[in-house]
Amino acid sequence: MNPVNYLYLAALLFAIGATGVLIRRNAIVVFMCIELMLNACNLAFVAFSRLHGNLDGQIIAFFTMVVAAAEVVVGLAIIVSLFRSRHSASVDDASLMKL
Amino acid sequence: MNTENLIALLVAAPLLGAAVLLCGGRRLDRVGHWLGTLLAAVSFVIGLVLFTDMLGKGTEERSLHQHLFSWIPVEGFQADVAFQLDQLSMTFVLLISGVGTLIHLYSIGYMEHDERRRRFFGYLNLFLAAMLLLVLADNYLLLYVGWEGVGLASYLLIGFWQHKPSAATAAKKAFLVNRVGDMGLSIAIMLMFTTFGTFAFKPVLEATAETSEGKLTAIGLMLLLAACGKSAQVPLQSWLGDAMEGPTPVSALIHAATMVTAGVYLIVRSGAIFNGAPDAQLAVTVVGAVTLLFGAIVGCAKDDIKKALAGSTMSQIGYMILAAGLGPIGYVFAIMHLVTHGFFKAGLFLGAGSVMHGMNDEVDMRKYGGLRKYMPVTFVTFGLGYLAIIGFPGLSGFFSKDKIIEAAFAKGGTEGWILGSVALLGAAITAYYMTRVMLLTFFGEKRWEPDAQGNAPHPHESPKSMTIPMILLAVGSVFAGGFFSIGDRFMHWLEPVTHHDHGDSPLSAATVTGATMVVLVIGVSLAWAQYGRRPVPSVAPRGSLVTRAARRDLLQDDFNHVVLVRGGEHLTRSLVYVDHTLVDGVVNGTAASVGGLSGRLRKLQNGYARSYAVSMFGGAAVLIVATLLMRAV
Repeated sequence: MNPVNYLYLAALLFAIGATGVLIRRNAIVVFMCIELMLNACNLAFVAFSRLHGNLDGQIIAFFTMVVAAAEVVVGLAIIVSLFRSRHSASVDDASLMKL
Repeated sequence: MNTENLIALLVAAPLLGAAVLLCGGRRLDRVGHWLGTLLAAVSFVIGLVLFTDMLGKGTEERSLHQHLFSWIPVEGFQADVAFQLDQLSMTFVLLISGVGTLIHLYSIGYMEHDERRRRFFGYLNLFLAAMLLLVLADNYLLLYVGWEGVGLASYLLIGFWQHKPSAATAAKKAFLVNRVGDMGLSIAIMLMFTTFGTFAFKPVLEATAETSEGKLTAIGLMLLLAACGKSAQVPLQSWLGDAMEGPTPVSALIHAATMVTAGVYLIVRSGAIFNGAPDAQLAVTVVGAVTLLFGAIVGCAKDDIKKALAGSTMSQIGYMILAAGLGPIGYVFAIMHLVTHGFFKAGLFLGAGSVMHGMNDEVDMRKYGGLRKYMPVTFVTFGLGYLAIIGFPGLSGFFSKDKIIEAAFAKGGTEGWILGSVALLGAAITAYYMTRVMLLTFFGEKRWEPDAQGNAPHPHESPKSMTIPMILLAVGSVFAGGFFSIGDRFMHWLEPVTHHDHGDSPLSAATVTGATMVVLVIGVSLAWAQYGRRPVPSVAPRGSLVTRAARRDLLQDDFNHVVLVRGGEHLTRSLVYVDHTLVDGVVNGTAASVGGLSGRLRKLQNGYARSYAVSMFGGAAVLIVATLLMRAV
């Protein structure tokens, strides 16, 4: 199968993830959408690795997974503590930066 | 003993007196005046010692020099505290310390009832020290120190009775007007430094021969401005009349005999500069001639005895400045008139002070009259001073003023004729106003009135401490001129410093003397016709337009007010307007637009994470598009 199709799939997944980040209010869902975007990127990297015939993209994909794992830990901790203090997981409720 | 080392003592003695008297406090109140007088006398005695020593030397070795210390020793800039005592400085030293000592003595009696007498003597000593420093300095920078010092002493003494608002104002006025002149001197010194690389008299005056006329003219005009300020010459003359608010001994010492002649000293000392700059010289003569008439006309109209004498001082200094502007023809006579004027004008002022002392401090001459019977000593000494100033044959003023008139004619050409005629006219007016002062004060009917508190004056002769200085000054007024003129003694004495040139007079000396006598008689008889034959009203009549203008000092203050004060006010107001509209407008406009913009930008910060995410995505999209476009190009 043509590896370029994987790139289309990656673009589609990224777009879905981005849209989710922008329009969903639930912090958990937003978080999942971010993961979706990250994995779309991973897919693109691996596809490029295949297209170019070297391993660079795959190595970066591993890095991304490691970073994503760390990010999940921190991000979930933030969401949990946010929920504890406000009894809500809505991102719009966490708008203290507003003037 | 080396006489050079005595020069510094001339300045140090009165300076010590000033320091002790001003810092010593009340415990010196009882002896302060004697201490001050003693130290002035010490200065005079040292002056006499140096003078006899100088007379014993040949003409070539007479200029003494004492280097005290290096004041500002910097690479390329050498300022020394060093003194130079030559014949010109010597003349001034004797005049200043001699007349100064007499006036100290006089002040003991005059200021007897003033509780701040010690302070007064401290200021007088400070003045003596500064004035001696001025004439003894061997460079322009040290001269400037003395110049400012006498200005300070003058300010302090004019405003000595500071509880009177008029005295405080007069002091401020004198200080401010002098400041304009002092600017001229400081600019002249800066010009000298850039032109010659030094400001010591000797190298500067020797280098003038190789300097362009333009530079010399600039320096000369700045020096003239300085002289105008200090010597109350037009256009900076307005302070002298008001300076009469000070105690009378101050008017005699500072504003008649010594400080106001500093301008003449400056010009004569800088003779080489003026010799190389005919335009500056012309300006000097014009200033002198204008002031000569200006002061004389003002002197004719004043009823305040001290202000009439102040007008006269201005006029006589005008003579000196005129003579100094004539170049080598006139330098000697400028200084000679300065010395004789120092005697008779100080004597006249002391006489005026003595009259005021006996008349409850009344200064209006229309309220005097017939005082010759009550104050015989004052009458005789004042009378001799009067005869001297109008140039009565044989007295001091006759010799010195006559020579100036001769020298003015000897300038040659139309210029000489104009200057000579002005000087002659001035002599006539001098005779007129001095006769007027004399007649109003000592002759005619008694016109005394009780003062505001109802105390009728009891005119009486002043104490000995006041009359003795007056007698000594009267002796000087009578004999100094003759003593100087016999065998041209004074000329030969000063010639090595100032040089002398006889000029080429279109008129013989006898003709000039004859003409002077004629105008003298005219002046005196006019005054006699007006004030001697008829009784004098004790309230001044309204007078003609000219009289009224002259009473107001020929509108000098009005002129200054309209041109300088109003002009300055308009200038500052328009500058404030520009500041408020333009400068503040730019600043405030910038601040307001930044504020408005940020108010709008603030709305982007709505606190919703998703809207920040949108801007992030948007930004990333823009970056990607931009990168692609750059690649495509």
